[in-house]
Amino acid sequence: MGDFLHMGGYAPYVWLSYLLGLAVVLVNLWLPWRAEREVWRQLRRRRSYEEQMNESETP
Amino acid sequence: MSLAHAWGALLRRDVILALRQRGQLANPLLFFVLVVALFPLGMNPDPNLLRSIAPGVIWVGALLAAMLALESMFRSDFDDGALEQMLLTPYPLPLLVLAKVAAHWLVTGLPLLLVAPLLAMLLNLEGQAVVILLASLALGTPLLSLIGAIGVALTVGLRRGGVLLSLLVLPLYVPVLIFAAGAVGNAQAGMAVTGQLAFLGALLALAVALAPLATAAALRISLD
Amino acid sequence: MWAWLHRLGSPKRFYGWSGTLARWAGWGSLLLGAAGLYYALFASPADYQQGESVRIMYVHVPAAWLSMFIYMNIAFASLTSLVWRIKVADMVAAASAPIGAWFTFLALATGSLWGKPMWGTWWIWDARLTSELILLFLYLGYIGLLAAIEERETAARAAAVLALVGVVNIPIIHYSVEWWSTLHQGATVTKLDKPSIDWTMLRPLLLMAFSATLFYVAVALRLARAELLRREADSQWVRALVDGHQGGGER
Repeated sequence: MGDFLHMGGYAPYVWLSYLLGLAVVLVNLWLPWRAEREVWRQLRRRRSYEEQMNESETP
Repeated sequence: MSLAHAWGALLRRDVILALRQRGQLANPLLFFVLVVALFPLGMNPDPNLLRSIAPGVIWVGALLAAMLALESMFRSDFDDGALEQMLLTPYPLPLLVLAKVAAHWLVTGLPLLLVAPLLAMLLNLEGQAVVILLASLALGTPLLSLIGAIGVALTVGLRRGGVLLSLLVLPLYVPVLIFAAGAVGNAQAGMAVTGQLAFLGALLALAVALAPLATAAALRISLD
Repeated sequence: MWAWLHRLGSPKRFYGWSGTLARWAGWGSLLLGAAGLYYALFASPADYQQGESVRIMYVHVPAAWLSMFIYMNIAFASLTSLVWRIKVADMVAAASAPIGAWFTFLALATGSLWGKPMWGTWWIWDARLTSELILLFLYLGYIGLLAAIEERETAARAAAVLALVGVVNIPIIHYSVEWWSTLHQGATVTKLDKPSIDWTMLRPLLLMAFSATLFYVAVALRLARAELLRREADSQWVRALVDGHQGGGER
């Protein structure tokens, strides 16, 4: 295990590379998650606003 | 009006308009001279060092000066609506664009060529290399105008497009810089330069054929 | 053929099939990525010259591959949207750009991390790193233009023109940088190149590259779907979709 983490002396370079790779993957998972959350929030707000308008028009 | 006649009229109009605003014309030129003059001050003014960095410094200066001048290419025509009129004429838009780019090069690119020998002297560039420098500028600066026109057309509708314009255009300028500065460097070292100059020429031919098409498409989108 | 393409590209249809495709691509990426990581970290040999540092390659090369693949894809999607006026194509192009920029950044960063032990410096003006740097600028310009123009469809069309100009220039830039670097450095920087690569190293490399590609497909489709909903918010089918999910989960 120690050998594996040591990476033949290249540990900082190798592990930092994989860490950066992981970070980029996480960012790219977060981007669509945020976009989807935003757009759905917008759509729902719009819908409930429309419903309120409809109710006030037909008492 | 025949197409050739319209083309000439547009070219003449743009050159005359530009010549009326001498201050605007002088700015990029002064900028070019200043940038190049600052380099010896920023480092050791050793003639050998200056000679070795001269091709790169002069060409980077020319690149930045050309970029500084780009914004004026469609700006005033956009502001006063002349650009929109141009889109509505029956003449093919890419050809009209070519006339405007040619006019722009005549008033901003050509002057760079004229002061270049002076700058070459400041940086101890001598003999054959100066001739090659002029040849590379003659082939390269029209390329800068043609490629730059695409970027200007894409950002002409934006209020603050300046920084964005440089981001769009500079990566596309890389091959011009490499081959032009490379040619001058080779000339200094007494090596063959025909390869680089031929490449610049080929790029110029390609740009003359394609860049106006892209510029015209970009203008139509920007003015939509 | 074109009628079929237009049907697939209609917003409503696209929303339907892209969700399924994104999910499959996501799972596929996870599976291949897990296998790839196993081979990359445990079941592949150290290089006889570079030692264990060769394992950086399994992150670096897929990132570099993706950075170029995504740009090509943006250009292709841009062409599709400009020529055939398929709206979802420009959404796919716009969605691809941030992903491409991130992976270009990753390729540069891992290239630098690989370069430090191999060349002894963090940065070297080698042809591939330089090309990658210019590619990053191309991405940033594309993203900047998209963000600068307020009207979404105008922004997409302007960015499409830029992408096509960029893709014409990429081979020229690449060739010029190649020429420039051989002129100034000679053949010393080819240390990372190998005439042929052994299967034990090729296996994790391919797995990681496929995984990365599928990851891109999944992320780009999800981003494009969100943008599609935003632009089509007023259409009948999006309203029906919202009603169907009222009170339900996110999707």
